[in-house]
Amino acid sequence: MAGNVPYKIPIGPIHPALKEPVHIELTVMGEEVIGADFTPGQTHRGIEWMGLSRNPVQIVHLTDRICGICGVTHSLSFARAVEQIAGITVPERGDYVRTIIAEFERIQSHLLWAGVAAHELGFDSLFYLAWRVREDAMDAIEFITGNRVNYDIIQIGGTRRDITIDQYAKIRTCLKTYKDLFSKLKKLFLEDAVIKSRCIGTGLLSFETAMAYSAVGPTSRASGVTADLRVDYPYCAYGDLDIKPVLPTAYGKDVNGDTYDRIVVRIFEIAQSIEIIETCLDNMPAGPVLWEEKVVKILAACKKASGEAVGRHEAPRGEAVHYVAMDNADAPIAWKVKASTYSNAHVWPIILKGAQLADIPIIVASIDPCMSCTDRVAITDNGSTKIFTKEQLSKMSYEKTRRMLQ
Amino acid sequence: MNIILSAIGGTIVLAIIGIAVGLFLSGIDRRIVARMQARIGPPLRQPFTDVKKLLTKQSIVPANAIPWLFNLMPIAALASSIAVLMYLPFGSLAPILGEAGDMILVLYLLIVPSLALVIGGFASGSPYATVGAQREMVSMIAYELPLAISVVIIAWRLMAANVADPFSFMTLMETSVWDVAGPLGIVGLLLLLFLFMWITPGELSKVPFDSPEAETELAGGILAEYSGRNLGLFSLAQAVKMVGIIAFGVIILLPWNLSPVFGMTGAGAAVIDLVFFFVKVIVVSILSVTVVRTMMARLRITQVVKVYWFVFGGIGIAAIILLMLDAFLMGGV
Repeated sequence: MAGNVPYKIPIGPIHPALKEPVHIELTVMGEEVIGADFTPGQTHRGIEWMGLSRNPVQIVHLTDRICGICGVTHSLSFARAVEQIAGITVPERGDYVRTIIAEFERIQSHLLWAGVAAHELGFDSLFYLAWRVREDAMDAIEFITGNRVNYDIIQIGGTRRDITIDQYAKIRTCLKTYKDLFSKLKKLFLEDAVIKSRCIGTGLLSFETAMAYSAVGPTSRASGVTADLRVDYPYCAYGDLDIKPVLPTAYGKDVNGDTYDRIVVRIFEIAQSIEIIETCLDNMPAGPVLWEEKVVKILAACKKASGEAVGRHEAPRGEAVHYVAMDNADAPIAWKVKASTYSNAHVWPIILKGAQLADIPIIVASIDPCMSCTDRVAITDNGSTKIFTKEQLSKMSYEKTRRMLQ
Repeated sequence: MNIILSAIGGTIVLAIIGIAVGLFLSGIDRRIVARMQARIGPPLRQPFTDVKKLLTKQSIVPANAIPWLFNLMPIAALASSIAVLMYLPFGSLAPILGEAGDMILVLYLLIVPSLALVIGGFASGSPYATVGAQREMVSMIAYELPLAISVVIIAWRLMAANVADPFSFMTLMETSVWDVAGPLGIVGLLLLLFLFMWITPGELSKVPFDSPEAETELAGGILAEYSGRNLGLFSLAQAVKMVGIIAFGVIILLPWNLSPVFGMTGAGAAVIDLVFFFVKVIVVSILSVTVVRTMMARLRITQVVKVYWFVFGGIGIAAIILLMLDAFLMGGV
């Protein structure tokens, strides 16, 4: 092959393997990757800044638009943070509706990811199949919320819509379709010879590294980390459910932490989500779904509140965190979004090292990156790039705090 | 003078037929793949529309490229693919340059379009194209082994049956290798048929052997920097090459004609054989390209080499042993 000189291959910001812009630079020797680095910040849209001049009820709609797939993740995390500050208690039924919609989101997100993964492997037939069966979940979501993509169902203090009794039948039919499909999905994704040969042993993430880099969600669980917010710090209706974090052992195999394990975890999480929705439907408590119907009253409660809180939610990709601080005003004084990909993307340089060039797309995709959830900063200083040290950054943040206090 | 004129005329006609059939084949391929994936798929004339549009668009030469090599290679690829067709008999029509070339020449000519792609890839000065070109070279080395095995053993079996000039296509038109082989030989030939089915997607860089072009890895690989007229010429070359490689397989392993069945002679027989020939080409292309690329994922380049050398190489050697045993049993040697 072409000499022993390492050369650089840029993947992105725009590349067919990437569904969203991110820049990954690979140092390659022949077909082997010897070094990798990535630069996020290519899809920054200033959503946090927009939020700081809006009231919490308006921001909930804004959070829905942070990501096109995590339609409920960000609004749920944000609403939970605001509810903690304002001391709002969500009615039980509201919690159940939130759980159901969050789990439907997990189903459609994992199926979307499975399709993308198949496409990265060059297996387009499977990609079309996965996306076709995903439509059932999308239809169910539309049936419940009225929207396919930006669900807009979360409200501060509950949900904006209830799931009525006559809707149960249709939701159950959708769940049954997935139950019947599950063994087929398992066979297609986990038993295919080419997928096995391409995914087993590639993109290895050890338990220690996953812990050290604080990987979250299916990425960490595939490495044997038993971390699942729904189990560790139950919220919404998860406390009433008997669930365990899904590990690769669910498929009766050892934990390797490779790409294949990440497929296993996601496929089995689909099954888990189906069960969760079924249990929730069976045990739906009666009552309202919203703490207060009148938006004016919600806003008044928010305006009276002061303090700070962190809202967390186990998104399909891992834990998402919203930090909100309010100080007796219409708009929050601080709002920080940390999506799961922010934690997971940092393992890219590690799992890409030593990989074959052919496996880059599937390894990059295996953490299920979502850049528009992640990008909170873009450097637009006349095209020049600066790298700040930790000391400089702390100094800058002190200065900013001082400016805000003035 | 007449011979030269008819050769030139024949070449032009053949080029048009080759391009038309090739684009039609890729249209069928795209349509059937779409149907198998539960999509509707493009109309059959889509490849024609694509090429027509590409030929009218601007051809961009990257700053890092070597312009003359970069622009020459698409023409070289198309010319060599058409040249392959001139040595191949279509049905009961003798090849235009029939006496001048044999199977070995066609084997070499089939390498030239890939080689042109490789040189064009290196000349475009893009890291994606460079990696793609390296992979194309490796996969060429990979699939040439089973391909050469199958061609040589078929010619050897014909020679063992005392057929004169076994590498010539004129001989192949008259003598089918299935007629000279005994039961063991038939098994060997079936293995070769299987082998040829798997070599075709490799030759054409189709899934699962499409790592040189791998869309999600290399953004088109070799062709990453090609655009406009140059890309159009490469797609034409690819279409003609598809006809060439499949026709080559059909000629050596599925040589039967329809006209003897109907007892026809003359122009009618030529037409019916030609039609039947293209039907065979379409069926083989559906089985060995379309179906395979629908049901599989892309292999790594290292896996491509392993599969071609060890799995298909092994099958090739098994076929050699069977055909040799057959020749001894039939008392040919």
